[in-house]
Amino acid sequence: MNQPVIDATSRPVIERGLRLQWEAAQNAHVLLYPEGMIKLNTSAGEILKRCDGAATIADITADLERAFATSGLSEDVIRFVVMAVDKKWLKLQS
Amino acid sequence: MAETPVLDVPVQPRPKVAMRPEPIAAARPGPPLWLLCELTYRCPLHCAFCYNPTDFARTAAELGTEDWLRVLREARALGAVQLGLSGGEPLSRDDLEPIVAEAHRLGFYINLITSGVGLNEARISALKAAGLDHIQLSFQDSTKQMNDFLSSTRTFELKSTVAALIKKYEYPMVLNVVLHRLNIDHVEQILDMALRLGADYVELANTQYYGWAWHNREQLLPSRSQVERAEKTMQSFRERVGNRMKIYFVVPDYFERRPKACMNGLGSIFLTVTPDGTALPCHAARMLPLEFPNVRSASVGEIWYDSAGFNHFRGDAWMKEPCRSCPEKSRDFGGCRCQAYMLTGDAANADPVCDLSPHHHLVTEAVERAERPGAGSPQLEAGEKPLVFRTERNSSTLFGGRDR
Repeated sequence: MNQPVIDATSRPVIERGLRLQWEAAQNAHVLLYPEGMIKLNTSAGEILKRCDGAATIADITADLERAFATSGLSEDVIRFVVMAVDKKWLKLQS
Repeated sequence: MAETPVLDVPVQPRPKVAMRPEPIAAARPGPPLWLLCELTYRCPLHCAFCYNPTDFARTAAELGTEDWLRVLREARALGAVQLGLSGGEPLSRDDLEPIVAEAHRLGFYINLITSGVGLNEARISALKAAGLDHIQLSFQDSTKQMNDFLSSTRTFELKSTVAALIKKYEYPMVLNVVLHRLNIDHVEQILDMALRLGADYVELANTQYYGWAWHNREQLLPSRSQVERAEKTMQSFRERVGNRMKIYFVVPDYFERRPKACMNGLGSIFLTVTPDGTALPCHAARMLPLEFPNVRSASVGEIWYDSAGFNHFRGDAWMKEPCRSCPEKSRDFGGCRCQAYMLTGDAANADPVCDLSPHHHLVTEAVERAERPGAGSPQLEAGEKPLVFRTERNSSTLFGGRDR
């Protein structure tokens, strides 16, 4: 099986069966999956909530850089998406 | 000042209660993140390894729909987010759909833990529409004959049909197979079957010895060589199929030298409500000599934060030696309170699975007995001491259950 190429034009989306949700009681975004939960740190939550299958990684990066008034995040975002695809948290919209 | 995203996501692996343990002496516990609703003890199967209490036949009437909806609302308000709907067989309840609908409206991630008996297209379609997130389907074995023997009914073909329905309704397909002496040698066939059915996840869960499984322990405990063989088979299968199907192997704790961090410590994240409304910090805890509250007479908040039953094993003040002074106590919390109680008669003792426990020999002796010849031969075993299947009748006649 070929690994999908992940670059600035990829459009990631949360995998089927998983759900991203803000939990006030934990003051965090969580990723819910069958019988388990991953409590996300701020960055992971901020990236994942932008992964709607329509936005490209370039869009997501630009939006994050705007929201946090910073720059140079694209490598971090790509690295995170690669990890999240590998863990089956995200898939790439074709 | 801009916040630079930090990408070290805290990842907790499965199985089950997959969250980071809080500090052991937390003054006030966090919320009950995991709510397990055992909707009923009724079940069309009669599995000899069921963890349900052997005297289930004498428990009081089941909670009604409104009671369950109230439990859901109160638990969610506290921060509960993972919901298990289990039993018995939860599909035996004809109000499962409205319960799911309310849980979904509240924002729970809803797991149905089922044998699949009673799941037809009309019901799965209604459950999907109500917002059910996930179905875990249990299999007893990969062959029809063994599956039917171990669950004491004819369900294998039905489960194959249900597996197809689960795929059709686009659920992640999670198969759970409880392993024990009589089926552990079939791990290869079980995994082959799972792959054929299109499973995304397979849990090979070695039997934990509570309830009916405890009663049948001498018949169900595998030998060490069986366990090692199964693990090796599973490993090479895992290498062969890669990411396509994730395999989880829950190691049988009798073969370990350290106990499991049971429930991440009682009363830390896990709350079970049994069919009659009794609230427990673990689904086996009803056996403990403690008074546990009931949702009919107390709110979930009072139960979680204020009841004696839930506070008893929080922190480490209850611990005895060798746990009390053990540097590992914040990792495993002394293991399982129920196992300590069943094996030693004192729930505050170290779990005898731990080789630092003065009672560890109780575990190793059971494992040694499992080395006797005749392993894996149900007929022979049945001749020595029959498996006792989980039936209402056995519950009444053997374990003091009474008619409801």
